[in-house]
Amino acid sequence: MNVDQVLQNAESAVGQARDEASLEAVRVRYLGRKGELTALLKSLGRMDAAERPKAGAAINAAKERLQASIADRKQALVGEQLTAEIAAETVDVTLPGRRPAAGGLHPVTQVIARVEGIFTGAGYDVVAGLEIEDDYHNFEALNIPHHHPARSMHDTFYFGDGTLLRTHTSPAQVHVMESQEPPIRVICPGRVYRRESDLTHTPMFHQIEGLVVDRGIGFAHLKGTVTDFVRRFFDCDLALRFRPSYFPFTEPSAEVDVQCVNCLGSGCRVCSNTGWLEIMGCGLVHPNALEMSGIDSETWSGFAFGMGGDRLAMLLYEVNDNRMFFENDLRFLRQFN
Amino acid sequence: MKFSEAWLREWVDPAIGRDELLDQLTMAGLEVDGVEPVAQALQGTVVARIDAVEPHPHAPNLQVCAVSDGAGRHQVVCGAPNARPGLLSAYARIGAVLPGDIEIAEAELRGVSSAGMLCSAVELGLGTESDTIVELGSDCEVGADLAAAIGLDDVSIDVDLTPNRGDCLGLRGLAREVGVLNDLPVRHRRAPPVPASIDSTFPVTLEDGAGCPRYLGRVIENIDVGAATPFWMAERLRRSGLRSIDPVVDVTNYVMLELGQPMHAFDLDRLDGGIVVRWALEGETMTLLDGREIKPDPDVLLIADGSGPVAVAGVMGGERSGVGLDTVSVFLECAFFAPLAVAGAARRLGLHTDASHRYERGVDFELQAQAVERATGLLLEIVGGEAGPVLESVDRDHLPTRPTVSLRQARLDELAGVPIPPGEVDRALARLDFELVERSETEAAGIVWTISVPSHRFDIRIEADLVEEVCRIYGYGRIPSLLPDAALALRPAPLGHNDERSVKRLLAAAGFQEVITYSFVDPVTQDLLDPRGNPVPLANPMSAEQSVMRTCLLPGLVDALRFNTQRQQEAVRLFELGYCFTPESDPKRSGPRQVSMLGGLLWGERTPESWHTESAAVDFFDIKGQVEQLLAWAGAKDVAFQPGDDPVLHPGQQAVVILGGERVGRLGRLHPELEHRLDVGPGVHVFELSSDAVLSHRQRKYSPISRMPSVRRDLALVVNERVTAAQVQSTLADALGEILVELRLFDVYRGKSIDSNEKSVAVGLTFQHPSATLTEADISGYAAKAVAALQSKLGARLR
Repeated sequence: MNVDQVLQNAESAVGQARDEASLEAVRVRYLGRKGELTALLKSLGRMDAAERPKAGAAINAAKERLQASIADRKQALVGEQLTAEIAAETVDVTLPGRRPAAGGLHPVTQVIARVEGIFTGAGYDVVAGLEIEDDYHNFEALNIPHHHPARSMHDTFYFGDGTLLRTHTSPAQVHVMESQEPPIRVICPGRVYRRESDLTHTPMFHQIEGLVVDRGIGFAHLKGTVTDFVRRFFDCDLALRFRPSYFPFTEPSAEVDVQCVNCLGSGCRVCSNTGWLEIMGCGLVHPNALEMSGIDSETWSGFAFGMGGDRLAMLLYEVNDNRMFFENDLRFLRQFN
Repeated sequence: MKFSEAWLREWVDPAIGRDELLDQLTMAGLEVDGVEPVAQALQGTVVARIDAVEPHPHAPNLQVCAVSDGAGRHQVVCGAPNARPGLLSAYARIGAVLPGDIEIAEAELRGVSSAGMLCSAVELGLGTESDTIVELGSDCEVGADLAAAIGLDDVSIDVDLTPNRGDCLGLRGLAREVGVLNDLPVRHRRAPPVPASIDSTFPVTLEDGAGCPRYLGRVIENIDVGAATPFWMAERLRRSGLRSIDPVVDVTNYVMLELGQPMHAFDLDRLDGGIVVRWALEGETMTLLDGREIKPDPDVLLIADGSGPVAVAGVMGGERSGVGLDTVSVFLECAFFAPLAVAGAARRLGLHTDASHRYERGVDFELQAQAVERATGLLLEIVGGEAGPVLESVDRDHLPTRPTVSLRQARLDELAGVPIPPGEVDRALARLDFELVERSETEAAGIVWTISVPSHRFDIRIEADLVEEVCRIYGYGRIPSLLPDAALALRPAPLGHNDERSVKRLLAAAGFQEVITYSFVDPVTQDLLDPRGNPVPLANPMSAEQSVMRTCLLPGLVDALRFNTQRQQEAVRLFELGYCFTPESDPKRSGPRQVSMLGGLLWGERTPESWHTESAAVDFFDIKGQVEQLLAWAGAKDVAFQPGDDPVLHPGQQAVVILGGERVGRLGRLHPELEHRLDVGPGVHVFELSSDAVLSHRQRKYSPISRMPSVRRDLALVVNERVTAAQVQSTLADALGEILVELRLFDVYRGKSIDSNEKSVAVGLTFQHPSATLTEADISGYAAKAVAALQSKLGARLR
C-alpha cells in the first residue's frame, strides 16, 4: 500500500472515532510501534538508496499530518463531551434555594438600637440599670415624695419589702448622678412597669431616657437635642412643638409633640386628627434632683428627656396595637427581619 | 377640668377666635383634651312667654297655654306642671327641628289643637330634666332665637391639668391664665358680703390645725329646698360636666367651678352639738353620701359632731347629715384642708372626688371668705332663707405661708438659653399676681426680681419654678434650638466584653427570633418550669396570671411557643435576653436578686419542607450545637457539658453547661410529661445561660500557623456503652498533646457485630508538627500511642 492510501484510510478512521478511546486505537493502529505508517518507515531500508529520501519525506509528512489530525480530533471530542456534561447538569434556576433559617431581632430592640446609635454617635453612654429599685431611687431622689400627687401618675408594682418594679428608667440616671462627676451624657433604655392594662397600655413597656449634666446647660440645648434626635430617628425634617408640662424631676418641664409621621400634619387616625403626636416628656433637671444626688445645682445644670420605646416602634413601623409587641406572634415579629 | 368657653369669656375675652384660644391654652401647659359643642343645632325654636294657662277639657294632666312668641299668639298644649302665666320658656314653632331630627307639626292632643311645643331640657338636648319645661331668665327677649338667647354657640372645653396647676381648677384661675397670655386684665367680680339677718351660728372646734388650719361656717335658716335651680346655673353646671342635683348642692358645685373652692352643706337639724375637725378614732365607722360604709384609719381627717363623723374632710360628706327634701336649715362649710391630709385619706379610702382632687393639689388658702359670701348670695337668691354671721376658726400657725422667691436675670438667661427682655419678665410676674417685693440689680446676677408667691400657687417655691413660669409665658416656641458644646472625649471600648446586641444578632443569624415576654408570670406555669424556684410574688399584681416574678426564661418562651403552634407554625426558634428574679439570700441587701439570662427554645422541623432536603425534627444536638457555637464565639475555653438532673428536662437528654469549672447554664429537651402538661411539643428543646457567659469576651491572641503538612489517621474503636465521647476526647488529647491539632468524632455505631453493651466509635486524628514533616514512622507511633491510651484508660480496642 502506498503512503497516500494509508493516510487516507487513517484520516477516515480519525474522523469516525466517536470518543477518546477509539481515537487512541486509531493512533496505535497507524502510529504505534507496530502501526501501519511505522511499518512503512521500517520498510525504507529495503528501498533503493535513490528513492529512499523522497519516500522517507513523504512518509514523515503523512505521519505529521496524521498526528495533527488526531490532536484536532481529540480536542473536538473533549469539547463535545464537556458540552454534553454541561447540558446534563443544567438546573431550573427558579427552584427555591437552600436558605439558612433566618431569625431576627424584636422590633423594639431594633428601635432602641437605633436610638442608642444616634446618641452614642454624639458621645452619650448607654446605661441600662436594674428593673427592681427601691422607693428612694424610683421616687424620692426624683423629687417625688411620698404623698406627691404625681405618684398616682405612676401606678406602681410593689414587693412586700418596700422595693418595687421601676416605673421609669430615671432611677438609672439617679445611679449615674450618684456615682459619676459631671459632665454626664447618658441614654437609659429598658423595661419599665406600671399597673395599667387596657387598649393602649401594657403593664410592661420600654422607656428610653436621656440625661445631660454640664455647665451652662439650658432649655435651648434641650430643644436642639430633642429636635435633632426626632429628625434623625424618623429621617425626616418633622416639625416639633414644646408644650409646658409638669414632671416632679424637671423644672421647667415640657411635653414634646411631633408633626404626625403618618399624615405629616394634615390630620389622620394616628394623630386623632390633631396633626400632632405626643412623643416625649422632658425638661431641665430639677435642682432638688441634682442636689439629692450630690451635684451642686448652682455650678451644674442639665436636661433630661424620656420616651416610650414601644411608642417609637409603633410610629416607625406603623403598628397600631402596642399589645402585639408582647404577644410574640412570629407572623408579626418576622415582618421586621 | 371642664368648662364652657362662654363662661370663661365673661371673665376675660381676648380678641382671638376659638381655635386660637384652644391652641393658646395647650401651648401654655393647660392641655386641651377635648372640645365639644354644648348643644345640637336648634331650628325654629324661640323664647316665648306663657300669657295664660287653662286646664285641658279632657285630660287632667295637660294644660292649654296661650303663648306669645313675638310674631303672634299660639295655643299650645303642655303637660309640664311648671307651665304658668308669665313664664318665659323655649317654644318650638311649627316646622321647628329639634335634636334627634324631630320635626314639630301642628297636632291635636286629646281633642285640642296645639301649634308647636313648649320644651323641656331633654327635648332641647340640654341635659336630663324632662318633667318640666325650661324656665328662662327675665333678661331673655320674647321672640329671640333660643340658641342665641341662651348662648348655645358655645363649647365645653376639657383641659387636662398637670398636678402642679391646682390653681386652674376654677374659672377664676383659668381666666387669670388667659389674661396673662393675652396681657389682659381679668374682670373679677368679687361677691359682695351678705350681711347676717339672724344671729344663729354653729360651734366649730379645730382639734388639729395641721390638717385644717382654716374653717369657715355659716348657718342659713328657713330655706326652700323645693325651689328649682335656675336654668342658667343648671346649664353652666352641665357645660362643665356636672349634673344638677338640688339647688343647695348645685350652688356649692357652682362656687367650686367658679372659684376653685370646694364647699359642703350639712342639714343643720341633723347635726348634733357642734362641729369638731379631728383625726379618725380607732374603730370608728361612717356611711358616706354614696352609701358606702367606711372604717377610716386614724390618719384620716374627719368632720365630726357630737354623735360621730359627718364627713371625710375635703373628700365626701356623710349620709346622716346630707341635705334632703325635708331640709329647712343648712350649715355651710368652707374650709382650707392641708393637701397631704386630704391626699392620704382619699387614696387610702379609694375615693377620688371633685373636692379631694382640688384639696390634694392645693386650694387658695385665702379664698374661703370670698367663697362663702358668693355661695350665700346665690343660695338666698335661689332658695331664700336667712343667713347668720360667718364664723371663722383659724390656726394661723398652720396656715401655709407665702414664700419669697428670687429670680436672677443671669440665671434665667442661662437656663432659658436665650436672653429674655426684662420688660417681659416684669409683665409676666405682674399678670401672674406675683407680688413684687423687690427689684434690684447686681453686677453678677443682673436684675434680681424678688416676689411673694400668691396664696393660690402651691408650685412656686424656688428660682427654677420662676424660670419655668417666665419661659412658659415668654413661650417655649420662642426659645431657640441649640446644641450643647462638649469636649470630643472618646468613650471607653472594653476588650473583654461583647455587647448584648451582637449576641442577639448571632442568634438571629442562626435562625432564632427574639421575643420579649413579661417579667411577671403565672405562678402555676412558673412552678411547673422551675419547681425549686421559689419565685418572688408581687404585693399588688394586676392578675393572678401575672403575679410572680420569673425565676427563669422558660415560662415566657414556652407561652410564646404555644401561642405560635396554635397558629400553625411548624418550626419555632425563639430566644430572649432579660432579667430573672430570685429571692435575695444576703440579709444585708433588700429586694430580689436580678440576674440577666439568655434563653432559647427550639421546636419542630430542622429545615423547612423542601424539594432538596429530607425533613427531620430538631433534637438534643441542635440545641447543644447552638450553645457550643455561642460559647465558641465568646471565646470561652474550658467548656464542659455534663449530664444533669434537672426535673423539668428529659432525664436522658439534658446537660449542665460548665464554664471554667462553674455552672453557667443548662440545656436539653423538656421532660415529655411536662410537654404534655403544658400542651406543647413533643420535642421542645431549650437552653438557658447566664448572660455573663456570652457577654464576656476572650481577647484573642495570634498563635503561629505551621507550614508543615498535616496528616490524618482514622481509628475505629469498640468501647463499653458507658464510655462517653468526652472521655474518648480527653484521653486522646492528654495522650497526644500538641501534635494532635484536630480531633473529629465522626461516627457512633451500635448493632450488628457489636456487643449489646458496647458501641463502636470512630475518630479522625489530624497530626501536625510546628516545624518538621512527619514521617510514616512518626505517624504510626502516634496512632499506636493513641490506641494504647484508649486501651489502658477506657478499655477500648480497635475494631
